[in-house]
Amino acid sequence: MDWKALSIALGSMAGIGAVLGIVLAWGSKRFFVKVDERVEQVEAILPGVNCGACGFPGCSGYAEAIVTSEATMTLCSPGGAECAHDIARIMGAEVEAVEPKYALTACQGGNVPNRFDYSGVHDCRAAVVPGMGGGIKHCTYGCIGYGTCARACPFGAITMNDKQMPVIDEEKCTGCGRCVEVCPRDLNRIDRESRTVFVLCTSHDKGAVTNKICDHGCIACKKCEQECPFDAIHVIDNLAVIDYEKCKLCGKCVDVCPKGVIVNLRKERRARKQARETAAKEATT
Amino acid sequence: MEQAVIYLKIIFAAVFVQNFVLSKFLGLCPFIGVSKKRSSAIGMGLAVIFVMTLASAATMLIYQYLLKPFKMEFYLDIVSFIVVIAALVQFVELAMRKLAPALYKALGIYLPLITTNCAVLGVTQLNLEFAKLNGITLTDCLLRSIVNGVFAGVGFTLALVLMAGIRERLESSPVPECMQGVPIAFIAAACMALAFFGFAGIA
Repeated sequence: MDWKALSIALGSMAGIGAVLGIVLAWGSKRFFVKVDERVEQVEAILPGVNCGACGFPGCSGYAEAIVTSEATMTLCSPGGAECAHDIARIMGAEVEAVEPKYALTACQGGNVPNRFDYSGVHDCRAAVVPGMGGGIKHCTYGCIGYGTCARACPFGAITMNDKQMPVIDEEKCTGCGRCVEVCPRDLNRIDRESRTVFVLCTSHDKGAVTNKICDHGCIACKKCEQECPFDAIHVIDNLAVIDYEKCKLCGKCVDVCPKGVIVNLRKERRARKQARETAAKEATT
Repeated sequence: MEQAVIYLKIIFAAVFVQNFVLSKFLGLCPFIGVSKKRSSAIGMGLAVIFVMTLASAATMLIYQYLLKPFKMEFYLDIVSFIVVIAALVQFVELAMRKLAPALYKALGIYLPLITTNCAVLGVTQLNLEFAKLNGITLTDCLLRSIVNGVFAGVGFTLALVLMAGIRERLESSPVPECMQGVPIAFIAAACMALAFFGFAGIA
């Protein structure tokens, strides 16, 4: 056995190890960066889905922004009120209650025919085809139906029904806003739970045109405008628009709309809210 | 002139002919893992270039001044290289965090991923070819290693960014369910590798 070679190898490796170890130890002292421990605590509370609803790059980015007080504590919509409360406890502050928000698609489909055969990529953003006058459907405002929003949803809250329209499950929806970002037609919106009356159409086509191509499109008949006791709904550029400053959510426009364009979600949402509150009560007792 | 040709050959070989990912199949883990978005692919690529350059220089010095004089170059190269590279990257990360926070934000998160990556170790092993050439001065050898390190990193970045571009498109393509995600990415990588084999005869 070559003892000399062995001892040289052992000695040099031990030497390298020792030198590097000392240098690293010195370096970690010399270049020590103080990290606020609250950042880690806040990050542990956040849901960790990195959806970006808060407007920061991921949950860790938001946690850092909270601790450096660049951001308020209520921006996390997947985490909701509970999350904001926990964060407030760490930060030593109180927050007012956060109302849940849900996504909503401002189009009901309504059997709009296609203008041409499309065999391209199965994605709304591709099927909009700007060069061909605005997409494959006859309605250039409405849903294309290739489910880009359903695929983008991080929570599986959007499914496509048999009419190729997105259906939003408000049990799963956290109001993060991913679907709003991806929709090339800008049909999805996020709104507070208590706001329940919506015009589910965005078409500015003339009434006669809309009437011909869509079963559930606003035809600008102005019946809602006449019916509204609060002067809160107006037909602007061939489309009924609700002024939520004035709207009292009475739902009279919903009843008179001949095309079923306006909806009131109050009943369903009230039932769900009650169920949630009873569940919360049971959990606390 | 002759020198310039040699360096050009090294550069072309490092980027295309012996592309680390697509013809040597080294560093496949970051290649698949970090190629989902172009922005992170570029960040990772820059980090790899950085580490490969550092590692090439450091290991060549270790080889010339420690391993070779004590006749340990045949059995202690990989072990000592790993230790030195890992410690070096760790140290640079520490210093960067303190002295250049902006740079740390851009590269820092990728650095720990590649401290002991096989692609980095691979480039240092390839550099040893230069050291075994006859009639080459020490500085020449060191310089060639560094150039090789930089451009091996550039080749890796090229492959990574190309792949990220392809995968961004795959996201919105009708891929069969069983092939979605990594499987289709590997098939795309295989096609890219075939294309890069077109360079095999050159130089």
